[in-house]
Amino acid sequence: MAPREKTPRQPMPEQEPKVRARNFDEVPLGYSHETAIKEAKRCLQCKKPKCRQGCPVEVLIPQFIGKIAEGDFAGAAKTLKEKNSLPAVCGRVCPQETQCEELCILGKKEEPVAIGRLERFAADWERNEGKVEIPELAPATGKKVAVIGAGPAGLTVAGDLIKMGHEVTIFEALHKPGGVLVYGIPEFRLPKAIVQAEVEYLKSMGVKIQVNAVIGKTRTLQELMEEDGFDAVFVGSGAGLPTFMGIDGENLNGVYSANEYLTRSNLMKAYLFPEYDTPVARGKRVATLGGGNVAMDSARTALRLGAEASICVYRRGREEMPARSEEIHHAEEEGVQLNLLTNPIRIIGDEMGRVSGMECIQMELGEPDDSGRRRPQPIKGSEFVLEVDTVVIAIGNSPNPLIPATTPAIETSKWGTIIADEETGKTTMEGVYAGGDVVTGAATVILAMGAGRKAATAIDEYLKGK
Amino acid sequence: MFEIVSKEKLGPAVFRMDIAAPDIARKHQAGNFIMLRINEEGERIPLTVADKDAEKGTVTLVFQAVGKTSAELAELCEGDSLLDFVGPLGKPTHIEKFNGVVVCVGGGIGVAPVHPIACALKDIGNRVISIIGARSKELLIMEEEMKATSDELIVCTDDGSYGKQGFVTEALDEVIRREGKENVALVVAIGPVPMMRFCAKTTEPYGVHTEVSLNPIMVDATGMCGACRVTVGGETKFACVDGPEFDGHKVDFDELTKRLAMYKESEARAMKIYEEASHGGKRCWE
Ligand SMILES: Cc1cc2nc3c(=O)[nH]c(=O)nc-3n(C[C@H](O)[C@H](O)[C@H](O)COP(=O)(O)OP(=O)(O)OC[C@H]3O[C@@H](n4cnc5c(N)ncnc54)[C@H](O)[C@@H]3O)c2cc1C
Ligand SMILES: Cc1cc2nc3c(=O)[nH]c(=O)nc-3n(C[C@H](O)[C@H](O)[C@H](O)COP(=O)(O)OP(=O)(O)OC[C@H]3O[C@@H](n4cnc5c(N)ncnc54)[C@H](O)[C@@H]3O)c2cc1C
Ligand code: SF4
Ligand code: FES
Repeated sequence: MAPREKTPRQPMPEQEPKVRARNFDEVPLGYSHETAIKEAKRCLQCKKPKCRQGCPVEVLIPQFIGKIAEGDFAGAAKTLKEKNSLPAVCGRVCPQETQCEELCILGKKEEPVAIGRLERFAADWERNEGKVEIPELAPATGKKVAVIGAGPAGLTVAGDLIKMGHEVTIFEALHKPGGVLVYGIPEFRLPKAIVQAEVEYLKSMGVKIQVNAVIGKTRTLQELMEEDGFDAVFVGSGAGLPTFMGIDGENLNGVYSANEYLTRSNLMKAYLFPEYDTPVARGKRVATLGGGNVAMDSARTALRLGAEASICVYRRGREEMPARSEEIHHAEEEGVQLNLLTNPIRIIGDEMGRVSGMECIQMELGEPDDSGRRRPQPIKGSEFVLEVDTVVIAIGNSPNPLIPATTPAIETSKWGTIIADEETGKTTMEGVYAGGDVVTGAATVILAMGAGRKAATAIDEYLKGK
Repeated sequence: MFEIVSKEKLGPAVFRMDIAAPDIARKHQAGNFIMLRINEEGERIPLTVADKDAEKGTVTLVFQAVGKTSAELAELCEGDSLLDFVGPLGKPTHIEKFNGVVVCVGGGIGVAPVHPIACALKDIGNRVISIIGARSKELLIMEEEMKATSDELIVCTDDGSYGKQGFVTEALDEVIRREGKENVALVVAIGPVPMMRFCAKTTEPYGVHTEVSLNPIMVDATGMCGACRVTVGGETKFACVDGPEFDGHKVDFDELTKRLAMYKESEARAMKIYEEASHGGKRCWE
């Protein structure tokens, strides 16, 4: 056998940083057919593929990559979808570098196979070619399932259960389905048309989606089961409650939770104001607090809204930043300044109640804490004032208490997450299952999707026994 | 889509609309509000449910055209539809039979949200004294409805063009003195922020519990964004889920006033563009 020719990991073309930092179009532009095949051919087709172990839903990685290498893109998409119902989304937003790609055997000597980019390629090809087929649905069972929340967890449950022959209605509090995928993650990272296509696909299979339905208010979970005839309920209401710092000046004008900032910009399209009615502050000097994906999205949105300086303030070091490495890289390329080992102490306002600055303190890393990360400690006397006019707080989200508060039979942990069996999503209430961020606390799209998959199987079994 | 079933003009720039929303009509309780969005480009705005008809499946809104969205809403007619309509939101008013009189105060457009509360308090057997006020006679709304649900109704206008001349706070002070502060169990005051602030100031020395309904800027109104945060008793609350009613003696009205001015420039710009573009548009109310 001829020695395998070494091909480097194929880069994906991107919009120029200077240009893209001022528009909301998607940053990476996708692989061409040739590049995708070239990249796919790098895969060794391992007998015991390490990559799969890194994938929370065990996507058939070498198999789908093999199909791309053969030019069978439809086959690749089909293989992907056996395990992952949202490959076009996951190919864009999964933290591959800490999942599949981290374990890829090629990564030991050279760079790992670009699994995420190939996933995106196959899913995009299928959607763009109009090749998304409506699968055959199992015969109708006559059972009705209510899904609360149209995020990745809820969309996955709905798609799986409708194929199994059950009647499915999704209840979504906002006016658009998609959860964080529409209100949180910006257009430049995940075009809304992709989420829309997933939603249309579900509708074409017969899933009913009722927007503007806040469960706990418009209807309660008990009413869905007792009066509206739903045989089972899946709760996928996410972790939508923003955490604030609890420091002085947090209610000044110009201080946003990342949820508000991103919702205004993404869901309400404030970046198109006044064509769209919802406004958002177009700060000149914007500080974002936090080091995760949410912080990167906010800091990059600030640039696109016209900021001259977008400063990310994070209390630990770069190594500890939880954001996807690609997002940090993209953010820096676009001009986001990272102010690491820095913690805000208070936000300063002018007489009109607007933000005029933020006092911070320098930090140093001490002993590791419970999470294994080194605990940041303030350095005495290192206080300084950062001149900013807008502050976006992106330090975390927890589950909204509305559903547990109005459904006493559902038990929650001390963090407010719903207690559910890890394998089935079964909660403490008969016929009620839960999964995604509402169970795990703020996590990832793929984990929410995986939890949805497991819950759908369990709900199907539960309904068969009824 | 949510149809506008009927529409009426109550005064200059003040309108009443019945909207077909059976799910909300069925669940609504006094004190709840809804969020609406007129069309795809629209903003989500909160409005209190002033009344409902569970049988017909409609809820009643009373609103004042103050900016782009409310002006656009005012231009819609019977038979038109709203794209999004969600509710009932917020905590309902705490209703109980008190030992003592309850006083319901409505200022300007605030009479509309006070009305269902006065009804609920009356229905459960309370003695209800209502005080309603406006700048002048033609701005006064829902006098008949308030009369029907109150044991006593006091009407004030700032300019004296109708009823007593003066502010609602003066009438409120008189009522508390007349009834005796220990006999007043509760005051509910809803209206413009300054009016609520002064009602709370009026009752504070008497130690009479005073509920006010706060109207901060909102986005989702499900507790997801924190746009609506207000400081009450030194603590941050989300008005959309923790309120909108709070103890008026504990509310930081200064902060609320400043937060309401956050988008003044954008609002003025949106209104200007709208007025220029919609000149000659349909105005079924003029
Ligand atoms: C800005 C941002 C960026 C992110 N970036 C990434 C990333 O790059 N990669 C990644 O893997 N993950 C990322 N995440 C995390 C990821 O988006 C979430 O983990 C995932 O969306 C969770 O899915 P879910 O279905 O559990 O909940 P959600 O997506 O939160 O959806 C929950 C839905 O339920 C609805 N709902 C809530 N309460 C009710 C109710 N009472 N009645 C009816 N409906 C209700 C909500 O409106 C929402 O639509 C990011 C999150 C944010 C906020
Ligand atoms: C819980 C709640 C219930 C409400 N109920 C009613 C009601 O029953 N009837 C009614 O007419 N209005 C009510 N409001 C106020 C209403 O939501 C605003 O008037 C509306 O959002 C203004 O939108 P706009 O685009 O027309 O005006 P904008 O252009 O947004 O604002 C124009 C002017 O109105 C002020 N304003 C903006 N938002 C608010 C607000 N939330 N409250 C008060 N003033 C505001 C601005 O400071 C500005 O001066 C309520 C508000 C809340 C939070
Ligand atoms: S570990 Fe890497 S080389 Fe091996 S199958 Fe997975 S992607 Fe291909
Ligand atoms: S309006 Fe968003 S939390 Fe209250």
